[in-house]
Amino acid sequence: MTISAPTKTENATVTASKLVFKPKSRGYFPKGLCLLASLLIIIILAVVLVNIAIGGAGMITWDFLSSPPENGMESGGIFPAIFGTVALVILMTVAVIPVGVFTAIYLQEYTRPDAWLTRLIRLAVNNLAAVPSIVFGLFGLGFFIGFIGGGIDSIFYTSEGPVWGQPAIIWASLTLAILTLPVVIVSTEEALRTIPRELKEASYALGATRLQTIWRVILPQAMPGVLTGAILAISRGAGEVAPIMFTGAAYYLPYLPSALNDQFMELGYHIYVMATQSPDVEATKPILYGTVLVLLMLTFALNFVAILIRSRLRLRRTNA
Amino acid sequence: MKKIMICGLLLILSVGLVMAGTTITIKGSDTLVRLGQRWAEEYMKHNPDVVIQISGGGSGTGIAALLNGTTDICEASRDMKDKEYKLAEEKGIKPYRVSVALDGIAVFFNEANPVKELSFAQLKGIYTGAIMNWKEVGGEDARIILYGRENNSGTYAFFKKKVLNKEDYNEYTQTLPGTAAVVNAVSKDKNGIGYGGIAWAKGVKFAAVRKADADPAVLPSVETVSNGTYPISRELYWFFNGKPTGELKKLVNWTLSEEGQEIAKKIDYVPLSKEGALANTVK
Amino acid sequence: MNRLKFKSKSKVREFLGEKLIAINALAALVAIVLIFAFIFKEAIPIFTDQEIQQEASIAKMTFKQEFYEGRDPKWSWQPNSEVPKYSILPLMIGSLKAALVAMLFAIPLGIGAAIFSAEFASQRLREIIKPVIEMLAGIPSVVLGFFALIVLATVLQNMFGFLFRLNAVTAGVALGLAVIPIIFTVAEDAMTSVPSSLRDAGLALGANHWQVSLTVVLPAALPGSAAGVVLGFGRAMGETMIVLMASGNAAIISSSLTDSMRTISASIAAELAEVVFGSAHYSVLFYLGTLLFVFTFLINLGGELAVTRMKQRLQGKLS
Repeated sequence: MTISAPTKTENATVTASKLVFKPKSRGYFPKGLCLLASLLIIIILAVVLVNIAIGGAGMITWDFLSSPPENGMESGGIFPAIFGTVALVILMTVAVIPVGVFTAIYLQEYTRPDAWLTRLIRLAVNNLAAVPSIVFGLFGLGFFIGFIGGGIDSIFYTSEGPVWGQPAIIWASLTLAILTLPVVIVSTEEALRTIPRELKEASYALGATRLQTIWRVILPQAMPGVLTGAILAISRGAGEVAPIMFTGAAYYLPYLPSALNDQFMELGYHIYVMATQSPDVEATKPILYGTVLVLLMLTFALNFVAILIRSRLRLRRTNA
Repeated sequence: MKKIMICGLLLILSVGLVMAGTTITIKGSDTLVRLGQRWAEEYMKHNPDVVIQISGGGSGTGIAALLNGTTDICEASRDMKDKEYKLAEEKGIKPYRVSVALDGIAVFFNEANPVKELSFAQLKGIYTGAIMNWKEVGGEDARIILYGRENNSGTYAFFKKKVLNKEDYNEYTQTLPGTAAVVNAVSKDKNGIGYGGIAWAKGVKFAAVRKADADPAVLPSVETVSNGTYPISRELYWFFNGKPTGELKKLVNWTLSEEGQEIAKKIDYVPLSKEGALANTVK
Repeated sequence: MNRLKFKSKSKVREFLGEKLIAINALAALVAIVLIFAFIFKEAIPIFTDQEIQQEASIAKMTFKQEFYEGRDPKWSWQPNSEVPKYSILPLMIGSLKAALVAMLFAIPLGIGAAIFSAEFASQRLREIIKPVIEMLAGIPSVVLGFFALIVLATVLQNMFGFLFRLNAVTAGVALGLAVIPIIFTVAEDAMTSVPSSLRDAGLALGANHWQVSLTVVLPAALPGSAAGVVLGFGRAMGETMIVLMASGNAAIISSSLTDSMRTISASIAAELAEVVFGSAHYSVLFYLGTLLFVFTFLINLGGELAVTRMKQRLQGKLS
């Protein structure tokens, strides 16, 4: 701050009474309060993380990461939960990326920002981001399992029991895809905004159509943003439990999910189950802490990569 | 990026083709899930081509799954209600019940609690809210903190029917999603009381229970449950849709065999009597 | 340069491609509509089905009921009773209590940190605070629930001697941790979007830096900060795993924050797996979901409106 307030004038008479300032006060008190709030947040975060790190660090061995739970989850590892989580988010990413990216392109390249449809879509995106996760779970059950899955069964598999109309990894991942759609859209849009106009104009000048420009010029340029969106979506999706509780997660499975209509184990759900339903809470505590640490490291690592990419992206914008 | 995704997708799809063999789905009671899981582990060792997937969630969950056709075997710690039998009929499901083990519902306190025994009347008073203080049942002067199961659990329904005479639980009962959570909560709460299968309770003190005031108070154990002297005991069931055949029949008969029942005993469940097990075997 | 030569492609392909993108863009809109439609659809029997209405009609869920003859009428949530009881009030109170504690905890911290970051912090300090908030936002709610259940509940009980180990305070504090990032982000964004011309005017009138912050920037950013609080409240009402694990889940009508409590969202999570499709209980849970959806939708709409109008007004003053 280069302008310093003049301290000499005892009564800075200003017409608006609200803007009469007592010049003596240095404002340590409000500053201190705000600093305290920030410090508290940092301390709380540190306490949570250190607690989990200390509790879980001893558990993280190759064996723990690569073997299935045994003995009613009192021993063994969490490999099926890791595998299930990874498979879940891969399927989710495959579903959410194209839709999210195309939506962002539409919003940025095809319409004026004040068109009513654009505003409506934006409104929907923002509201989608605020829908409680448990509501997504209800939706997944009612729509994907009941309506879509049940519909497929009633047409193709009339003689057998439910094939698709039951909790399955595909329904859980599609539910999560809808939940993470806003993340991908926002992140891609941000990247699209950093693309210099000149690039697009050059493309048009060379005779490219709008679609060609999008496909060959804009999309490659927006790739870091798309990637960031995908990573953030994965990080978010990997941690959500409420939406997958009814749509596909299983308490215990002796095998890995291998078909789209299999159920699966998942890290977050595994934590919930072990914390509340394991046979012996004290005995499973180390495993529980280990699982929490793995999930936390996974989401943090993903977030960290996303932040890195994003900050490089912002650098490009300021340089441009 | 895109290539990676496609490869990932192909990987998942292709593994699907390699899969073969019988898959059996088991769902239901949390009380039984641990036993079911051990049985599954052992059975799959003997029969590598069979895959058994197990999930808990409560007897209500399992029965709902059986009625919705989403499970092969429903594990339940209670019989189906009339309403559920009626619904099954409407949906064209023919429930076939096999009792696979016994279970005692233990009432437990924190280890620091001096109270040793309770009668049915006292238990009912405690859980319906008529008795609020440990003083009234011979303990210290402190509020009784109630812990119980979520209302989808068979244990919840059984305890309610057997001990509360179908009265509602006091609203102050903290409902937790699993027996382990109840045990854990009571082990940390000096004034807590909880209930759950005897196979689960570790780190808490069992209450000796008497049915009528004149009866002797009995501590729950494998012996007292299997000889019927402990008053809060029940059968644990597997429900099938229709009489089991093929692999399902093989599985249930194996659990009823000496080997299967021995496994149950090893992890603190109460095995059926030899005659009982034989009688339950599916012909 | 070779790569950027374009063949002129067929009009059809161009047309189809553009339509594909346009259709895709409707996905979010379609999703919102479908979510409402399919959740509400399962709740409709409450309004139409006579048999289900006998167990759970809107009136029965809303008003005091005389469940047993001769006993006082009351509100009660006991879905698996001989006489099923579906009063929503105890759950509503639970959700509000948890959200209230969360807000009491999160507003001072979130807003305080936002002011600090936007107004007082040096560039270096800001580079610490922001990632910390992002990390906090990145913690899955099941992990916060786990932490509240295993660690926080014991610590708080030992500190304050709570009668009930799991209660509104325990769940609310953990919930607050999930809400802080929302309040912080929206509020901080509002404060930094206050145009520098306003600041300069304040400084020119003889105010200190912090005086400008408190009397010029903060009032201008107030609608934005309020929006952050409102959005945080919406999140607190809808959050599931934390309250499911750390609130004790007892459906009690009580004003005490140290009693256990049960929220709408936790009831759905705990009970949905058990219900038979199409039963009264099933419809009631979807009805609860519909309420939750509509509530958060309206809250979000309100919050959004406040932010947009604030930014428009500030920009209007600029020109």
